[in-house]
Amino acid sequence: MVSTGNELLDVTLLSLYVSGMATILGSAIGIPLGALIGLKEFGGKGAVKTLTYTLYGFPPVLSGLVVYYMFSRAGPLGDLGILFTPTAMIIAETFLVIPLVTGITITSVVEVDRSIKDTVKALGASPSQSIITVMREAWVGLVMACMIGFGRVIAEVGAAYLVGGNIDGETRVLTTAIMLETRMGHFEWAMSLGIVLLSVALMVFLFLRLLQEREML
Amino acid sequence: MKTAIALEDVSKKYNGVVALKGASFAVSKGEVFGIVGPSGAGKSTILRIMDLLEAPTKGRLLIDGQYVAQTDARAETVRRNIGMVLQKPVVLNRSVANNLGYSLMIRGWDEHRIAEVVDAELKRLGLHGRRRTNARNLSGGEMQRLCFARATVHAPSMLLLDEFAANLDPANVSLLENQVQEYMREDGNRTVVIVTHNMFQAKRMCTRIALIWDGEIVEIADRKKFFENPEDARTAAFVSGESVY
Ligand SMILES: Nc1ncnc2c1ncn2[C@@H]1O[C@H](COP(=O)(O)OP(=O)(O)OP(=O)(O)O)[C@@H](O)[C@H]1O
Ligand SMILES: [Mg+2]
Repeated sequence: MVSTGNELLDVTLLSLYVSGMATILGSAIGIPLGALIGLKEFGGKGAVKTLTYTLYGFPPVLSGLVVYYMFSRAGPLGDLGILFTPTAMIIAETFLVIPLVTGITITSVVEVDRSIKDTVKALGASPSQSIITVMREAWVGLVMACMIGFGRVIAEVGAAYLVGGNIDGETRVLTTAIMLETRMGHFEWAMSLGIVLLSVALMVFLFLRLLQEREML
Repeated sequence: MKTAIALEDVSKKYNGVVALKGASFAVSKGEVFGIVGPSGAGKSTILRIMDLLEAPTKGRLLIDGQYVAQTDARAETVRRNIGMVLQKPVVLNRSVANNLGYSLMIRGWDEHRIAEVVDAELKRLGLHGRRRTNARNLSGGEMQRLCFARATVHAPSMLLLDEFAANLDPANVSLLENQVQEYMREDGNRTVVIVTHNMFQAKRMCTRIALIWDGEIVEIADRKKFFENPEDARTAAFVSGESVY
């Protein structure tokens, strides 16, 4: 049970750590991937986009299940022994972040006006310089992608529970703690944890929002 | 004089809509070549093809003695040697100084030299006081001056200018026109192609002028002939400012 201030702090920090790392990793993969899909011409582009958007609906519990299997003793990566650790949780959550960030990045870079893309090209930018410049023009959308990715995993319980196991002091995060407290009938505690969860999410969103609105110079 | 750029029977269709029909002409080094014609005639299309932004549906483009297509590996190098001002002035979401420095940054100039050149150029354009503001906050005319400077700051060997002084007040129009003339004076091997709907500007600046009408080149003549003694009735009507639609 999360009963002391220290424990509450640990649980909150772990929530932030797992969701934050998953968002960073997922964005580090999803943003470049989305930019390439959005800006490069290649065969099957439509199908790749559709697949990406379809994966928005990927169920967290399924991501948890796959990662669970991979790292379970019988699974191919069982020897690593990372099941029921924050690392396993980060991996499962990262898979949930990637499609969202990729998809929103695709939309953001595609939406950058053709006149900007033409201008960049006309000024003499190489294809890779163009992509980087267009990504910068799509800044608001890219930060939005990170926000939505973070929003998904900080609030998520299925994957965190499956591969983390809600172990006290090790893999317990805010969402899994709330589940446990509720089941044990500690509604007030659960509610308080809920408020902490909400506050943490709001604070991160506020930070990202400021980053988004930052004036470019 | 040596040919700087030439179109050989170039046509362009946009999803079946014909924008350009078999245009052929050559522009020599040292020339300020004008392209005039009514709205929708295909002027921007020609210029965009010259800058390899648009691939012709048919025909070929010759630059500096070599055929070049948009898909060639050389295309990027060729484009880097051209300064193009697009019809719609577009600034990047960054400071005025960094917009101007962008052209130099992508060419791998080192930071100190960029800062020096940008500073001098902004002073020349009367934008130095605004160098740290985001360029999106500039007025339309200021943006246009910035776009002009950004296309010319790296001293390309050819300039393609699409309505580069439209919507500017007379003082700024002559500021930019003088810059073009100075650009030409600095090196006799340079070339400028100007698209304009402003007859007076064409008369002031161009050595040779082409009239394009409904995707077709109607007449190409030296300035004097073009304005005083054109062959085609449409040219006569156009230069006298009669209705052209
Ligand atoms: N990307 C495009 N897709 C479809 N049609 C286009 C495209 N670009 C131009 N066109 C059409 O091609 C024709 C020529 O256009 P272009 O922009 O070259 O005209 P213009 O002479 O520059 O006109 P203006 O003086 O108004 O700028 C027009 O009918 C235009 O609608
Ligand atoms: Mg035009």
